[in-house]
Amino acid sequence: MEQIYLDHAATTPIHSEVLDAMYTVEKDVFGNPSSVHSFGRKARRLLDEARLTLARSIHASEKEIVFTSGGTEADNLAIIGTALANRQKGNHIITTAQEHHAVLHTMERLEQEGFEVTYLPVNQDGRINVEDVNQALTDATILVSIMYVNNETGVIQPIEKVGELLQKHQAYFHTDAVQAFGLIELDVTKMGIDMLTVSAHKINGPKGIGFLYVNEKVKLNSLQFGGEQERKRRAGTENLAGIVGFQKAVELAMENKSIRKERYLSYKQAFLNILKKNGIDFEVNGAIEASIASTVNISFPGTKVEALLTNFDLEGIAASSGSACTAGSVEPSHVLTAMFGKAHECTTNSIRFSFGQANTPENIKEAAERVAKIVKRLVK
Amino acid sequence: MNENKDTRVVVGMSGGVDSSVAALLLKQQGYDVVGIFMKNWDDTDEFGVCTATEDFEDVVRVCNQLDIPYYAVNFEKQYWDKVFTYFLDEYKAGRTPNPDVMCNKEIKFKAFLEHAMSLGADYLATGHYAQVKAHHGRYDMLRGVDDNKDQTYFLNQLSEDVLSKVMFPLGHLPKSEVRKIAKEHGLATAEKKDSTGICFIGERNFKEFLSEYLPAQPGEMQTLEGEVKGRHDGLMYYTIGQRQGLGIGGSGEPWFVVGKNLKDNVLYVGQGYDNDKLYSDALIATDVNWIHSENLNDTFICSAKFRYRQQDSKVKVTILENNRVKVDFIESQRAITPGQAVVFYDGDVCLGGGTIDEVRKQDQMLDYVG
Repeated sequence: MEQIYLDHAATTPIHSEVLDAMYTVEKDVFGNPSSVHSFGRKARRLLDEARLTLARSIHASEKEIVFTSGGTEADNLAIIGTALANRQKGNHIITTAQEHHAVLHTMERLEQEGFEVTYLPVNQDGRINVEDVNQALTDATILVSIMYVNNETGVIQPIEKVGELLQKHQAYFHTDAVQAFGLIELDVTKMGIDMLTVSAHKINGPKGIGFLYVNEKVKLNSLQFGGEQERKRRAGTENLAGIVGFQKAVELAMENKSIRKERYLSYKQAFLNILKKNGIDFEVNGAIEASIASTVNISFPGTKVEALLTNFDLEGIAASSGSACTAGSVEPSHVLTAMFGKAHECTTNSIRFSFGQANTPENIKEAAERVAKIVKRLVK
Repeated sequence: MNENKDTRVVVGMSGGVDSSVAALLLKQQGYDVVGIFMKNWDDTDEFGVCTATEDFEDVVRVCNQLDIPYYAVNFEKQYWDKVFTYFLDEYKAGRTPNPDVMCNKEIKFKAFLEHAMSLGADYLATGHYAQVKAHHGRYDMLRGVDDNKDQTYFLNQLSEDVLSKVMFPLGHLPKSEVRKIAKEHGLATAEKKDSTGICFIGERNFKEFLSEYLPAQPGEMQTLEGEVKGRHDGLMYYTIGQRQGLGIGGSGEPWFVVGKNLKDNVLYVGQGYDNDKLYSDALIATDVNWIHSENLNDTFICSAKFRYRQQDSKVKVTILENNRVKVDFIESQRAITPGQAVVFYDGDVCLGGGTIDEVRKQDQMLDYVG
């Protein structure tokens, strides 16, 4: 039985060209980019080239790219780093109830440190209301952190509008663009974004590498101390192979953006059509017209998420839902809870399917047929 | 040719050695084995640590060793509604509940069984020490061969229909053999200590645990003749026949709990292990389940257990209305405790069981027992 991967929002298979680029670096370039000899310079050159590629991909300058170990670290650095550096300006932060835990748990930590955090609500479309941001802003607000694309629903947030709104306010604007990068055109200058998080392994790059874009004017404290790498914003010898792999993944993502977008959109449509054709009772969670091509979150009334996911896996379908607790069981999704309320059935019967490079029109069709068969059996 | 490869068996895995070996044996027999961990209780502490995490990690290790898929399922709500609520209600009523019996009835062999079946399983297997014997389309539950580990006492509420879908791969093995098999195969749980006590309390202090949910009402300890012997910490902390924790000094034989008066919040105590007040000659049980209910005579002789790991005693059972029975003891019994299970056997075959509701002596209900 063919195993079909429909969980690209969790992570993606590495691209062979990325792997080749990384292999070459690991094999041939072992120097430390900070060293003052030829070995170091060789490494430094690759590092700078990669930094330039990444900066250009979001219309930023090289100086504004801070390499991190991934999206989580970039979110932590953006939030804690600016909160600590700007405390004299205020102690209020605005975020949303549907952020990734890398943001939410960081906020909770800051609350323990005396910061005040406003968690904006989300409507049933899965979007925040820009006016809510406006209402929540005070003179003490120093940071607004709103994700670009929600990782569970795929719904795109009105980031440009928020950026516009914040032009006139002291608060920095951070967005976690981990799910957006590679499918949505990102221009940090046009969009008024001060900080932006990207992770390599969501775009067919390696795990363990990401970056935070930090606008030049942003005051940011480092959270990690040691050498002077990343302009003292992130100490530690650089993960050069990861960075070069990241660069290659970004190049590939930029090249085929519109083709991939259309391809994934056609997968999504085909997937939903097959469910419909099979007479499956389902709802798409969040506004599908405002969602990213690669992700769809579907509620199957009359089912339970654990039975769905287990059955899917036993039939070779890899999908996901909410987040697993450390004891393996699936917790109700905080995103769907934010959208529909705590007791709503869809918080316990919804699955995220996310499409990507592991998919073909054929395996999407096959996957949808298997899903339909399982749902039919469970609902009976 | 592997005739079992198309038979899917879901194994309920706790992270202990028994269910690990159960999964191993089924895998060796060629079944399509799926391991599932049940999370029934959330004891997550302020650091986000819960005991279920470590147990689940052991399930992961063992399943990886056996190369079988593993999953988890959450029954916290069902467990709370069906088992924990019952548990508290029984304590409030002054009785000594048996949450394991209820957990098997409502969770493991109901909610979990349904979940297993929804995964296309042909059977649900657990690491219980009991045996299912099929004959001509009928199913019997037999004791596990290890007398000391036999768990049919806790499984007395299972129906024949449930038994037809259940496997107990360890029923024919002594515990020592199970440990040996685990060691021989280097299973990650081979040396893991057996869990003790009630699953949701674990290693914690029972009294402390209970006091978090039920207000303790201290009161007097008296003899049945009304002589005050001291104070008790709350009736729920004591069970019939208990010796520990009474703190009654003085000379002579030790003191034991002989009963409870819920209305006046009095704990009755009596002196001497063989105190006459601890003995009874009959009981009434409710919620009686018979694994084969047809062809039951109105009255019959069989053997019974009134507590886990007790020797069987010969009894006469009389069927009453509303799933109740009267059980007459051939020899009088010590410390029969309301809330505990009475389980019936014919030789090695478990016939079923019920909940002890009333304790009797010479055709009178012993009010003081509670």
